[in-house]
This record gives sequence, structure tokens and C-alpha cells, in this order.
Amino acid sequence: MHQTTYHRPSSIDEAASLFAKGSDAKYLAGGHTLIPVMKQRLASPSDVIDLGKIKELIGVEATGDGIVVKAATTHYDVASSETVRKAIPALAYLASLIGDPAVRHRGTIGGSLANNDPAADYPAAVLALGATVKTNKRSISADDFFKGLFSTALEDGEIITAVSFPVQAKAGYAKFNHPASRFALTGVFVAKTPAGDVRVAATGASQSGVMRVGAIEAALKANWSAGAIDSVKISADGLLNDIHGTADYRANLIKVMAQRAVQAAG
Amino acid sequence: MSIVKLTVNGKAVSADVEDRTLLVHLLRDHLNLTGTHVGCDTSQCGACVVHIDGRAVKSCTVLAGQAAGSSVTTIEGIAKGDELHPMQAAFRDNHGLQCGYCTPGMIMSAIDIVHRHSGNLDEATVRHELEGNICRCTGYHNIVKAVLDAAGRMKVAQAAE
Repeated sequence: MHQTTYHRPSSIDEAASLFAKGSDAKYLAGGHTLIPVMKQRLASPSDVIDLGKIKELIGVEATGDGIVVKAATTHYDVASSETVRKAIPALAYLASLIGDPAVRHRGTIGGSLANNDPAADYPAAVLALGATVKTNKRSISADDFFKGLFSTALEDGEIITAVSFPVQAKAGYAKFNHPASRFALTGVFVAKTPAGDVRVAATGASQSGVMRVGAIEAALKANWSAGAIDSVKISADGLLNDIHGTADYRANLIKVMAQRAVQAAG
Repeated sequence: MSIVKLTVNGKAVSADVEDRTLLVHLLRDHLNLTGTHVGCDTSQCGACVVHIDGRAVKSCTVLAGQAAGSSVTTIEGIAKGDELHPMQAAFRDNHGLQCGYCTPGMIMSAIDIVHRHSGNLDEATVRHELEGNICRCTGYHNIVKAVLDAAGRMKVAQAAE
């Protein structure tokens, strides 16, 4: 790891001003992506600004029609939160599948979303549930937030402060994980809104990161059942094709995971 | 360089370290607590697991500065004098170690597992919960036996307190 300067601000404003002063600053939340990347010298920020201890960034709150998960809340705290388990059990379940217990004690939802790894779990939930990403500058809808591989709508220095999730009529997640990294080889989150619309998001599958799966959405809107997906054709175009799985294999996984997610959602 | 102050195994300590220093190196190289091991250095194997404020974490993926102000417990801090922690005793009694390299991390993760499950554990849960700890001797069978044995002992110890 190259030299860096570590900062621990106590407020969002202080963090943003430290970022502005750094020549090539990076925010650190749980550190479970940034630190490994710094070790590999793929990143060598001049300044590391730790958001993990900022009190206003930690916790889960129930709102009238949903929940707000603040950005530096760890995966473990989301998975074990009674508020999340009651309102959106599929989200708590998704958080419980990330990495391993020690990783879940450190990793955060805001860090995962800002990094937007194409095989990360949270982007699937945020996109399928139609969540809103709140930052220190604005609110960004899930449909506008994800911009492809490791790329988001966040501007330089912008800080995710919270994610607001509406409670949907039904929600479920299923993931086929890579046995070593626990990242999704493919994971699918399905949600049905109170108005009857269906949103389906797949992670780990596409070359351009998390994606909606229109064909499955249409099938489920007509008939919310695992069987309705049997006849759906998923194109392998644009899907990841690597030593872990071919594009055709992932296309099939999208279907199978969607079916399991529907079954989990009930 | 920054002075990092924290509590390690109940004692207040401070060290003047580079900001890029990882917690595991603060423990091993500056505080001479070499029981915590570096295995993979990629947050996968779990040989470096310690507790920060009571939670099991991989100390190879935490900057020393992130632990400032926190209370860290390492494998050196769990025995009471000459009396092994019930988890250590169970690992010994069940032959839960072969080469021993993964053992400190296994034990620190296992204590965390028992705490999180209030001592109500079965074999499948232990195997699943240990997914972040790798034993290169593949001696998992006796490790799982040791954790289950210790869960019982910790329950008894807790009831006696």
C-alpha cells in the first residue's frame, strides 16, 4: 500500500470539506473494497476520509411507507435489524448473504452502492425495490443511480447519506454465489408494487453491472409465479462470460434465481 | 505518521504508526502480539480475525486508525491467566487444530459465533458461520466439534456467573 493520510471527520460537512482539500481523496466506509484495492496498489489516494464513525450516517429508521437505511450501517446491522426484518425481510436476507460474518461486521450499504461492483448484492435490491439514494447534495432514484461497471451518478466528493426503501407488496432475493468470494455469480431480486407493477433486477450477470430484466418483469406482471418464468427467453448478449461461468450459463441462472426469488417472496 | 490510541486486551496502548498501517500490523509489529496471523491478506482466510468492540473482524482489512478509540481483543486476551478460555480448551480437547495457523482466527470467530447465537448452535450453523475462516489442513471436522463443545461450556460458564 502506498502512503496516505487518514482522516476521521465527525460530520458529513467536515468529511466533504476534507475531501475538497485532498489532492486525490477517497472516502472510506467499511473499507472492505477500498483497503484491498489500496493493498494491490490499484488505488493510491492521497487522503482517506473515514465515514464509518459519523453518527448521522448510522442506523435504520422506519418511515410511514418504508424504511431508511443510513449509509454507514453495516451489513450485519441491516441483516439483524428488527425494523428491516419486519418491513422488508428480503432486504435483511440479502444483507445476511454478503461475504462472511466478519466482512458483514465492517461492510456498509453506502460503500457497496458507491462502489457498484457488478457482482455486489445491494444494487439488485435498490434497483428492484425502486429505492432512492440520498446524498449530501440530492436524492437520486435507483433508475438513475447505476451507470455501469463500478460507475454511478455520484459526483466527485458527493457522499451517500442514506437509502430510502419503499415497502412493496412482495419482495424476494435469490443468489447463486461464487463459493470463494461469496459475490453473486448471479443474484436476482424481484419485487411487486402495491399497484401490481413488477421490478426485477439481476446482479453478477451483466457486463454493464446491475440490470433490470424486462422479459421476466412482463411475465411476472401477467402471472406472479415461478412457473410463469419457465417460458421466458433470456438473451446471453452482454452477459459476463468468464472462467466462472459462460454467458449462456448466466442467462439460465437469471431465470432460475428469479424463480427462487419469487418462491421466497411468496 | 499518527499516534493511534486504543485499548488492546483491556490495556490502553498507543503507537506512532504510518497512516497506511493495517490493524494486524499494529498488533503484530508494534505491540508484539503475534498470535494474530496474516494468512491470505485478502480478507478471505480469517487467520487475522480479532474483535473490535466485541465484533469479529478481519484485522488485515482495517486500518490502524479505524480502530483508534476502540477496544480490541486478540487471541492473547481471552484466557484468564493460566486458565484457557472455554473455546481454547475445547479446541485442545477436540484436537481442533493441526498446524495451528488458522487457529487464532478460528477461535476469535467461534467466540463471536457463540455470542451471536446465544449458545444455541447446531452443526450446520457452525459450518455455515465459519465460511470466512479457512483451514488449509482441512481440519474442519474437529473444529466444528470444538465450537459445539465450547458453546455448551460457555453456556455453563455464563449460567454460573
